[in-house]
Amino acid sequence: MSSFSVTEPSKRQKWFAGSLVILYALITIMPLIWIIATGFKSPSDAIAYPPKVFFEPSMEGYVNLFTSRTRLPAEELAALPPSETWYQELVRDNGMVITGPSRYGQRFLNSVIIGFGSTFLSIFLGTLAAYGFSRFKVPIKDDLLFFILSTRMMPPIAVAIPIFLMFRQIGLSDSHLGMILLYTAVNLSLSVWLLKGFIDEIPLEYEEAALIDGYTRFQAFYKVVLPQAATGIASTAIFCLIFAWNEYAFAVLLTSGNAQTAPPFIPTIIGAGGKDWPAVAAGATIFLIPVMIFTILLRKHLLSGITFGAVRK
Amino acid sequence: MAEVVLNGISKSYGDQVALENVSLTIPDGSFVVLLGPTGAGKTTTLRMVSGLDQPDNGEILINGQAVNKWTPAQRNVAMVFQQYSLYPHLTVRDNLAFPLRSPILKTPADEITRKVNDVAEVLQISHKLDNKATALSGGEMQRVSIGRALVRNPDIFLMDEPLSSLDAKLRSDLRIELKRIQSSLGATMLYVTHDQVEAMTMATHVGVLDHGKLVQFGTPREIYEDPVSIYSASRLGTPKINVLPADLFGATPAGAVSIGLRPEHIRTGEGLAGQVTRVEHLGDQTRVHLRVQTHDVITLADVHTTAKVGDEMLISPQNPLYFNAQGGRVK
Repeated sequence: MSSFSVTEPSKRQKWFAGSLVILYALITIMPLIWIIATGFKSPSDAIAYPPKVFFEPSMEGYVNLFTSRTRLPAEELAALPPSETWYQELVRDNGMVITGPSRYGQRFLNSVIIGFGSTFLSIFLGTLAAYGFSRFKVPIKDDLLFFILSTRMMPPIAVAIPIFLMFRQIGLSDSHLGMILLYTAVNLSLSVWLLKGFIDEIPLEYEEAALIDGYTRFQAFYKVVLPQAATGIASTAIFCLIFAWNEYAFAVLLTSGNAQTAPPFIPTIIGAGGKDWPAVAAGATIFLIPVMIFTILLRKHLLSGITFGAVRK
Repeated sequence: MAEVVLNGISKSYGDQVALENVSLTIPDGSFVVLLGPTGAGKTTTLRMVSGLDQPDNGEILINGQAVNKWTPAQRNVAMVFQQYSLYPHLTVRDNLAFPLRSPILKTPADEITRKVNDVAEVLQISHKLDNKATALSGGEMQRVSIGRALVRNPDIFLMDEPLSSLDAKLRSDLRIELKRIQSSLGATMLYVTHDQVEAMTMATHVGVLDHGKLVQFGTPREIYEDPVSIYSASRLGTPKINVLPADLFGATPAGAVSIGLRPEHIRTGEGLAGQVTRVEHLGDQTRVHLRVQTHDVITLADVHTTAKVGDEMLISPQNPLYFNAQGGRVK
């Protein structure tokens, strides 16, 4: 069942171990805190030296992230009717007016569609393939598995040019479907291998019991294997989503307008009207949220080992 | 409620022969126990009947119909696995209800509740119904696993050492309970065990398997009193049958090489002398271990015997069984 150390750790040992964990957590969380903080700084605070730890929070970065603005001469600005909203006010204080929403929202939505779409597809296909490899006699199984793994042996970007040409030929350039298929293809080797490992761990007896209990093979898979593979599926889904969500190189090359995801878009903010670091940081902060929520939601499955002990070994 | 016929069944896993030309008729309503050491093909026979494995050769008939191509679900069999195989993600209640909810049975909810409660009561697990299957002791798991077979009304029950991990008290309770359920349902049962008490008390027929071959099939008394070989004779009886050189006690039938003496088939007080090496008082019987010349012999003595280690005891055979050089019976 579970393992026990021979002696209970002493108070001092516990305290020491706890301090190490906290120290490590602080080190890893620093960049994250820095990005979140920068999003709320004014542009001058963001580049101040020495860096400002305490600063007056400003929403300028977020306003700039979500809006397109244009500079007006002071007299034209003064002639405008009074600002209706706090963000109009903020922009006018900098000598500009809002001309419309920026493209960040739409790029973010693209990221959601492509990221979650390809994750779903990778998991769906990966689970079926992994189950097949795990349970059935497949001709040249080992070679097939090696071939699937081998697609990961080079950096995916090495095939960017052939894919670019193929996509242009069949009309998948700059399309959601194209990006979903591409990320699925890249993630599939990971998901097949990871999930096969998890499914191999589930004893065959459960399915046999279900077959005897009057279920078909597919029902046994669906009712008995899937619930027990939930842990593996959840962790694999997180890996797949993180890859598809953060992918930059393919997105730069293969998308420009319609299907562009957030990662290639965020750097373009830098160029628009000086180095707008708070807007970049704000874009990155918001970009972090979906993966964070997804991971927290699936955390329960990551931690629970539910197949413990119901089959006598 | 069905008759099961195995007709010349053979099965190999790789170059490992699991069953070799096994033919066996399990009469309707009978309780057939398969005996044999690990690897003799007992579990493989169950898997053939269940449909989890396909025979390489031969035919399986249930109620006169060839079922080789049928899925386990179509065969309407219930099986208790040696490893329990409870669904770990479900509660005990859901485990018991699982076969009833199958697309083949589609039992109404109130009937499921009733049947599950009934079975839980018989198996004394009512108080654990809402536990996760993983939060049970080994004995409880095994009872749930038996319960999962009993909630249904299958044509055949297949049981693979279902009582092996229970404590003695529960085992004897369940032995009687299983036998009662089987005879009241008139169910056909194919049962694998190592335990001679289970075989002797529950079986209507016993099949003895040796390296994938069915070497003897008959009533428990036939197997015990009239075994076809040393191997068959050694399957039943605790303590085990004593096998000694045939000429140890004098004249023998032609061809006999060994003599088989069950502990109760040894008369004490006359004949060959042996040294007592050990005395075991079990309460209802007393076992005496003897050293006769260079052979170890176990016999039964009077419960209140005063024999002690080092004593001399005279023994002679009574109703001996003779076997030839191949271990076959000589009559």
